[in-house]
Amino acid sequence: MTQSLDISEKIKEVSIAEFFEKNRHLLGYENPSKSLFTVIKEFVDNSIDACIEANILPTIEVKLRKLDENRYRVRVIDNGPGINPKKLPIALGKFLVGSKFYRLRQSIGTQGIGAKGAILYSQLTTSKPAKIYTATINSKKIYYFELMIDVIKNEPKVIKYSEEENKDNWHGLDIEIEVEGKYTSKIEEYLKLIWLVNPFTKIVFEKDGEKIILDRVTNKLPKQPKEIKPHPYGIELGIFKRMLEITDKKTLLDFLVGEFSRISLITVIRVLKLSLRAEEIEIKDKELKVFDFLKKEFKQDYIIKKTLEETGLDENKKIIELNEQELRKLFLSYKILQYMFKDPKEISLQEAEKIFNTLQKVKIRAPPTDCLSPIDNKYLIDALKKLYPAEYYVAITRKPKVYRGFPFQVQVAIAYGLKELKKMEEEEIPSQSIILRFANHTPLLYNARDCAITKVLMSINWSHYGIQSGNSNLPADNMLILVDFISVWIPYKSEGKQAIAEYPEIIKELELSVQEALRKVYLYIYKKRKAELIKAKRNIFERYLPEVARSISILSNYDENEIRKKLEEIANKKLPEIEIEV
Amino acid sequence: MAEYIKRVIEKLEILGKDLFEQINRGENPRMLIPARSLKNVIFDKKEFILRLGDKKIERDFFNLHKAKKFMQTLLVASFAKELLKENIHASLREAFYAMKRTLPNSNENTFDEQDESDSCIVDLEVTLDVLREQLHLNADTKGRVVGDVIIEDRGDVIDWSKLGSGGWAIPSNVEAIEFKKVEAEFVLVVEKNAAWERLHEDKFWKKHKCILLTTQGQAPRGARRLIQRLNQEFNLPVYVFTDSDPYGFYIYSVIKYGSINLAHISDRLGTKDAKFIGLTMTDIETYKLKNWTIKAKDVDIKRAYELLNYEWFKKKHWQREINKFIEKKYKAELESLAGRGLKFVTETYLPEKIKNEDFLD
Repeated sequence: MTQSLDISEKIKEVSIAEFFEKNRHLLGYENPSKSLFTVIKEFVDNSIDACIEANILPTIEVKLRKLDENRYRVRVIDNGPGINPKKLPIALGKFLVGSKFYRLRQSIGTQGIGAKGAILYSQLTTSKPAKIYTATINSKKIYYFELMIDVIKNEPKVIKYSEEENKDNWHGLDIEIEVEGKYTSKIEEYLKLIWLVNPFTKIVFEKDGEKIILDRVTNKLPKQPKEIKPHPYGIELGIFKRMLEITDKKTLLDFLVGEFSRISLITVIRVLKLSLRAEEIEIKDKELKVFDFLKKEFKQDYIIKKTLEETGLDENKKIIELNEQELRKLFLSYKILQYMFKDPKEISLQEAEKIFNTLQKVKIRAPPTDCLSPIDNKYLIDALKKLYPAEYYVAITRKPKVYRGFPFQVQVAIAYGLKELKKMEEEEIPSQSIILRFANHTPLLYNARDCAITKVLMSINWSHYGIQSGNSNLPADNMLILVDFISVWIPYKSEGKQAIAEYPEIIKELELSVQEALRKVYLYIYKKRKAELIKAKRNIFERYLPEVARSISILSNYDENEIRKKLEEIANKKLPEIEIEV
Repeated sequence: MAEYIKRVIEKLEILGKDLFEQINRGENPRMLIPARSLKNVIFDKKEFILRLGDKKIERDFFNLHKAKKFMQTLLVASFAKELLKENIHASLREAFYAMKRTLPNSNENTFDEQDESDSCIVDLEVTLDVLREQLHLNADTKGRVVGDVIIEDRGDVIDWSKLGSGGWAIPSNVEAIEFKKVEAEFVLVVEKNAAWERLHEDKFWKKHKCILLTTQGQAPRGARRLIQRLNQEFNLPVYVFTDSDPYGFYIYSVIKYGSINLAHISDRLGTKDAKFIGLTMTDIETYKLKNWTIKAKDVDIKRAYELLNYEWFKKKHWQREINKFIEKKYKAELESLAGRGLKFVTETYLPEKIKNEDFLD
């Protein structure tokens, strides 16, 4: 998240073009094939997010046409809520450093420079404007823009604008750009995989006239993920200081309670008590009771009472009666109250640091976890069935957990015994099993080796679950393992956003999730192997049985058929058929 | 029908009926087969014979590891019963082919190698306490014999002295042979064909009034039974003449006491009067054969140590001979006597040994 901040700051300082040129590799535009992939990903991620937020079942068309050896025309059309035409140039043509550093909300698209980056990349490589149609819901008109970005001023430049009648009551966004790029199979892979974990989406992929249609397996949209406030444990000092600077809250108390989750009045008092030093103040009327003295200064009864409870001073004592220790308590209470009502902008950097450090030390409840929205296991399995026919499927979703103040949740699905081995596994990991990594329902297709998910898979004792392992102890059986990490904040290792960082809480939870899914798979494998063994046994006995019956008949002069029938009865008794429950 | 045929058929029927009863009771059918491992072979010091112990192994059908062997054993048993009923014989190889077939709906054969059917045949011999010849399954023919003897075999009268350089080939089943005339004072059993041919060419059997027999390596059952009959029916001493190495010594012991593999029929094949005429390790020194010895290999030494532990080689003079072999690390073949001249064996070595009764028992 510091990177996100750094980038925002850098953008402010240098020209966008310069920044973009220098940081292309960080933003997913390091080479033509990765760039084309990133362009499509940014648009599609945004489209799905927009639809979910607007409660619309997404239908997304991706059209890709090769114009030249290294040049493609990309068009992405969605049926989302569209963008208000007045806001569109700014939304797609200006890099903003907003008051929000990041949104703590589970979303597919990441808060990088997204669609704007794609438009800028197009402009830098082909000097062509982006062609955009949009209409919001119930809009009478469809608006058309040809948009470029003035990279020096960081301003959108509308080259062309027109309106037409919205006869079919269309809504959505339709963006077309030309880019330098190279097609890779990762693009198709990405579209299939994002569909897989967003199976309420319909994706139509058209490449040079050829069409792939991925139809939704359900008409039910997932629960809307809720936005939450940052938890003090998950924030860094730099951001804390910036938040103090730009907040619209008028007092430190309102700032702490209002901008963060799980900070209560008591927490604020405790934190300030530990952060501040008592200073002697001059008191004129020493006949006043402690409470009355403070009331005159700070007005708020309840806050004063709570503060005195925390500092341990009797509110009814007269100031004159206070001993030295009690007097110090009074000074401290005064200071605490003074700071609580202080304008956040007046907090010095040293004070901010002190408060921040104390916040990390005091006990604060974990953040709410109802803000996450995993996919329904049933739909995930339905989608898997379409893409990866297999013998057995399992999908599990564990309860949300928290790392550094961020709620997160892990979902694991396994398709065991794939019927047709598809070549969709990540090139970087040569292993037989297909490993699919996701973060917030978007596939991670690069940097597998660096990712916490891969590292956890490499540490699993596969043989324990009846599964073979191969290179680097990754599973080698004919199966697929899907891990989706969802959180309000994905701790990516780098701005490329393709690998999840290895926080101990995350590693632990990933491990437990994979193990839970594997236990179910093992049960299946165990039953299957047992049934196979019994079948093999049966086959053997069935094969030998006629020979044995005939021989015994020759030897004993008893009827061959009778012996055969009796042997079959014994076989049936000894080898009951085991049903496999799936 | 010959008496033994009826008896063997009855044994086979008892086996079949026993299995039928087990099946009828809803049990997993099983046979008990005497174990044929060295651990279950006992040296009977009184009778000077190798015998099988009491250890038995179970062979049942509903057992993944034994099902096939169970079926194979029964195939052999039923095949033997049919041979006996029709009073025809089959060689081991023929039996293998006659029983080998592909099982329906599979690519699995009843038998893949002759070893498998051979081993089932021995199992059946042990289980029923009969000879394979009595099951009408004949071993391959091996071994030759000459001498002043006339026999009758399947109606043909054969004179062993008039069969040219090849002699009479000993069949696997010598039960039905009738001796018409036996003019001999002893039987000389020679391990190797080449040595036998040398003695035959030199007319050793004529000069020394003996029956000259070669086992052509390890003694086949027919030859062993023939030696036993000549010894028992005509009181002829038997002298065994082999290489001076652990394999030669063991060939002698098999003729005398029986073999580990066929311990169950030692009493029908062993000739406990047999004596070892040579070559002994001592002979190598006495007859100055050192120049023609061969260096012993590691496996030879290993085999010698095994022999040292066999009960029937525990006699002092044998321990001495074997230890000498281990110590000297060389061995002498029968042909090495030719180093002293081609006729040395015929004219010097054997006559002297016989005259001096220089035998090992």
